[in-house]
Amino acid sequence: MIDSDKPTEQNNQPVIKVRGLVNRFGTHVVHENLDLTLERGEILGVVGGSGTGKSVLLRSIVGLKRPNDGTVEVLGTTLNELDDAQRSQIERRFGVLFQRGALFSSLNLQENIALPLIEHARLPREDAEHLARVKLSLVGLPPQAALQFPESLSGGMIKRAALARALALDPDILFLDEPTAGLDPIGAAAFDQLLVTLRDALGFSVFLVTHDLDTLYAACDRVAVLSQKRVLVVDTIDKVADTDDEWVQDYFHGPRGRAAQRAHTASSTNAYTQE
Amino acid sequence: MPSEWIARHDQTVALKGEWTLANYRHIKTALINTELINTELGKPTDATVSLEAITRLDTAGAILVVELIGVEKAQAVADWAAELPREQQALLIRIAEAMEAPLDVDPPTYSRISQALASVGQQMVGLWSQQRQLLAFIGLVMATLFQLVLRPRHWRLTATVAHIQQSGLNAVPIVALLTFMVGAVVAFLGATVLQDFGATIYTIDLVAFSFLREFGVLLAAILLAGRTASAFTAQIGAMKSNEEIDALQAQGLDPIELLVLPRVMAMLISLPMLAFVGMLSGLAGGAMVTSLSLDISLTQFMATLQKDVSVTHFLVGLSKAPVFAFVIAVIGCLEGFKVSGSAQSVGEHTTSSVVQSIFMVILIDAVAALFFMEMGW
Repeated sequence: MIDSDKPTEQNNQPVIKVRGLVNRFGTHVVHENLDLTLERGEILGVVGGSGTGKSVLLRSIVGLKRPNDGTVEVLGTTLNELDDAQRSQIERRFGVLFQRGALFSSLNLQENIALPLIEHARLPREDAEHLARVKLSLVGLPPQAALQFPESLSGGMIKRAALARALALDPDILFLDEPTAGLDPIGAAAFDQLLVTLRDALGFSVFLVTHDLDTLYAACDRVAVLSQKRVLVVDTIDKVADTDDEWVQDYFHGPRGRAAQRAHTASSTNAYTQE
Repeated sequence: MPSEWIARHDQTVALKGEWTLANYRHIKTALINTELINTELGKPTDATVSLEAITRLDTAGAILVVELIGVEKAQAVADWAAELPREQQALLIRIAEAMEAPLDVDPPTYSRISQALASVGQQMVGLWSQQRQLLAFIGLVMATLFQLVLRPRHWRLTATVAHIQQSGLNAVPIVALLTFMVGAVVAFLGATVLQDFGATIYTIDLVAFSFLREFGVLLAAILLAGRTASAFTAQIGAMKSNEEIDALQAQGLDPIELLVLPRVMAMLISLPMLAFVGMLSGLAGGAMVTSLSLDISLTQFMATLQKDVSVTHFLVGLSKAPVFAFVIAVIGCLEGFKVSGSAQSVGEHTTSSVVQSIFMVILIDAVAALFFMEMGW
């Protein structure tokens, strides 16, 4: 069944362990000897300039790209060493939100989300579609959207529907590739909040590739900076922001970085005074 | 009836165990068995429910809990189930919020008769608008073509040559092979039928007439309709769904000039050449059969060809090639422009472009045959 924990996994073991990862496209080296760990139940923000291989890292963890060297251990196993059936068992414990949504264009939204429920959880169609509609509502889509097809949706709605699909099976690890890009600020803030609520309630771990500083401050437990073909630094956001690196300084202490930081400090002091 | 997930004592219900997606069906069955909910969900129970014994709760389980106790009670979960872990309370509240509005939207249903009538109407309107669109598009292509004839700077030679290679040169082997085999088949048929009359020598005329006037160009056109019209539709359709066409237009570039004309010109050049290849290769197939099984030598074959078959037949056949080429290219491109976002739409329009272009080729060929016959050519 889906939630059967393997005895090999202890609860304190990291869910993703990347060691010595090398990724190359031809002569172009994207990752060189990259190490990264995702702990159970944490939200890890992955940032980096354009072209530093954030999405490639995500794809090699999920198993869509075979790394040129190094090991990627997910939930205590190495995906590339498993046979197809075992691999599918592991993969159904992932939820992936792709950068452009990647909804199935021949299915309406409700069917998009019901598909994994029918295929993997073996629910009857009626139940699956009921759950699908609740999940669509959970990510903030109106009920009428359930019968619409992806081509008729706006970018923000596609993002939300894709999140609902990633959450369909209540995954152990959620991979999000720029989930708030293309959302309006209100929607993005609601998204951050939803992510934290669901993580607290369901205890999944999140691998979050983003450029959104507000998301980093509001939702992430730790932040990893990809730079110079490896993970430059992984730590809490305040410590990362203090790292002595030109790109990191520009990123966190540029005009947008400062604004996000101010907003975050303001909202957390408000929260304290209310309590 | 004891259950792994529910313990009921009259009006008090204790929920326990793992309320997760994996157990969703069993829990739902248990709920129905204990008569806490009926088969139609959504009517909350009035029994007292306790949640403390739930060991795991995910969204699927939470949805069932909210269905059981009702949205309002779930939102006030902190008041009556304070022992429940804070995270699970938060989850229940979120799910309850999500389920507050009615979620069932069923598409309007119509009676079978009105559905059938609507479908017939839709087909007719679709057919009509398809023909209008085709005519309009032909007009647009012609107009752009005439505008550009006098402006060589706008001729997209590189693109045109690339398309000639793809749709013309690369199709030579398959066209040659296919017409060769059909030529052989026609010769066999002719030999069998004409043998009874002792007129096997006319097999040569049969092959020559059929290939010069009809088969050479028709087979080449049908092959290109399958091979190239579909490629055009898929290429332009993928660009359309990727908003590349919109990007061209927004930059003030003309998609007809950049995408359609090179393809149309390439087809106008390729198809006559392929038709010629088809004719030669069909004749070769016929010649092979006649020389191998009818004892008509190659020399005799050539001599009869020169004596009996005038060049008019060749010209009649070849004159149809540009028309076919234009129709195939235009239908292929137009169907590409009609593609909307989805992958399914690309498939539908590719199918439609092949079917339409083969249909049009055969229709035009039939009309042309009638015309040429009346003219005595």
